[in-house]
Amino acid sequence: MEKNTEHTTHVHRDDEGDKLGMWLFIFTELLLFGMLFLIYAVYRFRNPVAFQLGGEELDVFIGTFNTVILLISSATVAMSITAIQRGNKKQALMLLGVTLFIAVVFLVNKYFEWGAKIEYGFYPGSEALMELGHGTILFFGLYYVMSGIHAIHILIGIGLFIYVVRQIQTEKIHSTDYIWLENTGLYWHLVDLIWIFLFPLFYLIH
Amino acid sequence: MSASTATASEHVSFLEYKGKYKGILGWILSTDHKRVGLLYLYTMLVFFSLAATLGLLMKLQLIAPGYTIMGPQTYNAMFTVHGIIMIFVIVVPGLPAVFGNFFLPLMIGAKDVAFPKLNLASWWIYIIGILVVLSSQFVGGWPDTGWTFYAPYSFRTPANVLPALFGAFILGFSSILTGINFVVTIHRMRAPGMTWFKMPLFPWTLYATAWIQVLATPVIGITLLLTVMERVWGIGIFDPNLGGDPILYQHLFWIYSHPAVYIMILPGLGVISEIIPVFSRKRIYGYKAIVLSSLAIAFVGYFVWGHHMFTSGMSGRALFAFSFLTFLVAIPSAIKVFNWVATMYKGSLNLQTPFYWAVSFIFVFMVGGFSGLTLGSLAANVHIHDTHFVVAHFHFIVFGGTGFSFMAALHYWFSKMFGRMYDRGWANTGWVVFFAGFLTLYLPMFGLGMQGMPRRYYDYLPEFHAGNIISSLGAILMIAGAAIVIVNLVRSARHGEKTSEKNPWGGKTLEWETDTPPTFENWEDIPSVEERPYEYK
Repeated sequence: MEKNTEHTTHVHRDDEGDKLGMWLFIFTELLLFGMLFLIYAVYRFRNPVAFQLGGEELDVFIGTFNTVILLISSATVAMSITAIQRGNKKQALMLLGVTLFIAVVFLVNKYFEWGAKIEYGFYPGSEALMELGHGTILFFGLYYVMSGIHAIHILIGIGLFIYVVRQIQTEKIHSTDYIWLENTGLYWHLVDLIWIFLFPLFYLIH
Repeated sequence: MSASTATASEHVSFLEYKGKYKGILGWILSTDHKRVGLLYLYTMLVFFSLAATLGLLMKLQLIAPGYTIMGPQTYNAMFTVHGIIMIFVIVVPGLPAVFGNFFLPLMIGAKDVAFPKLNLASWWIYIIGILVVLSSQFVGGWPDTGWTFYAPYSFRTPANVLPALFGAFILGFSSILTGINFVVTIHRMRAPGMTWFKMPLFPWTLYATAWIQVLATPVIGITLLLTVMERVWGIGIFDPNLGGDPILYQHLFWIYSHPAVYIMILPGLGVISEIIPVFSRKRIYGYKAIVLSSLAIAFVGYFVWGHHMFTSGMSGRALFAFSFLTFLVAIPSAIKVFNWVATMYKGSLNLQTPFYWAVSFIFVFMVGGFSGLTLGSLAANVHIHDTHFVVAHFHFIVFGGTGFSFMAALHYWFSKMFGRMYDRGWANTGWVVFFAGFLTLYLPMFGLGMQGMPRRYYDYLPEFHAGNIISSLGAILMIAGAAIVIVNLVRSARHGEKTSEKNPWGGKTLEWETDTPPTFENWEDIPSVEERPYEYK
């Protein structure tokens, strides 16, 4: 009697399972970007000179800056997990605030970076770009697609962070139940990792 | 679910269970894996009927050379939409979404899947994907590229391809999320005592399938997305005018779409492996061989995509490699066929509708498999590439494989799902008509293909007329059979003989130990497992 009339849905909680699910999702992301890297490799191999010249057009300073801050944000999100494990809610929120701020700064930088190129008339399908060789069209096509899809992932990350912050504020995430934060952290490391590969491929290799 | 609206779960079947929401909302917002499974079933039934009608109309067009009932553009649109719906909406989600959702937790002794909310979300994403695909009917007309969306035509054609591309992209998410859900469910939620090698075979094939869904679907996702961007912005990646390479599109497309064929067929193989031992009343022959061959198919299936492109331009060495690997896939598939036949050998056969579907499955699967070997050999492929031979092979494997096993599963588990038994007389009649129609429809296509009749044309030369007449009549017969089967099942689900018999077929797997139909959370106490499945003494 007592068992069954009150609530019939059992509460299923399995942190290991949740983490496994997140890792599987990360595999799918790796494959998605993996295919883009594959396309990049094929076209770089076919158009080495154009890709080198294209890379020189990109702003290494903004790229480096974004890389550094993104790495820092990965560290802060990892630290926020430790903070929540220790029950230090305030510190966790502060660290997540830093992460969120960095994510926004990353996108603002991206906005200026893209904006400058679009002002020059360098965007997919633009007349200025079409006058240049095939290799350059492909380089900038890939540049916009790959950094664009990466930026979408940053946006999703921002959404996740806002959600997690709300959950911490309302005590839904706390020192004994923090899988949402942990999985969001995993996701953020992935976004960071992909950028670690995008950055040298587009900005540094000459 | 809040305490006030919940009723006692004991002995209230999931069909009658009243949760937080009432009426239709109680279904489309339910996270119960069984209800989600049925939602998929109903959706598929609707869209299968639509796409099958398109198929029938195409066959009617082909009953005579020249213009019969439609022109070339309509025909192109029809085979495109027929393909897109059948592939992305029916056979790819197919068995996992319907029977995987319904029976995976029951068969491994769990109360639900690992992520019930995500599971419901998958269905919603699936519905949104379908609506986006079909919206092209109202803006700009149906696409005409074929379901493969080959570059560069897919971004040159004036027809509106964007909704189809984007819709298929969305459907991919649904597939990935279901895959993740199943892998985690199988890893984490098996009943106590159910070790990996005590798990029934259908969950095993779902496991192999789920891995393919996770590891292959992102590839089509990005490919379709790039094609969308190519069409909208002209990024150049697949456009030869801008330096891109359309062959690269084909590679990326088939890197997903070949493994996808195994997404379609593997769960079917699992269902057949469930049905054969139950209706032979004998232990399955070579349990481990079936498990390992499923995993082998899933693995090798990744490395054979090039056989779709034998005439597209590849190095000779690559051609040999892809051809060789393609032949390799035949080995694990054949292992399964031998195992099924060996299971039936000297068994005490119980001739029921699910068993009829299962044995006819073995037949069409073998015809499809052998014709696949023909296509996989390089010299023969050049001759029959892009002919009706390919259409016949494909439908034998995909429609024969997935369709027959789907029907087998539906009859096998029908009473468990609805608490009613189907009408056996009509079910058997439907099977006979369908099977006869199927063979009459597709067998002549092998001949037509060998003679050189290309696929995807609304017209043909007079010498192909005889074969096409037979084939079109077969289509009418098969659709009649399908109608009998479906009408019988729909009628039986509503008015059929009520049954609460837990185990009508004498099965040995866990789903037969639950109530019929199962209660809201399947079990009062999670069962524990001691011996391997299918232990008939």
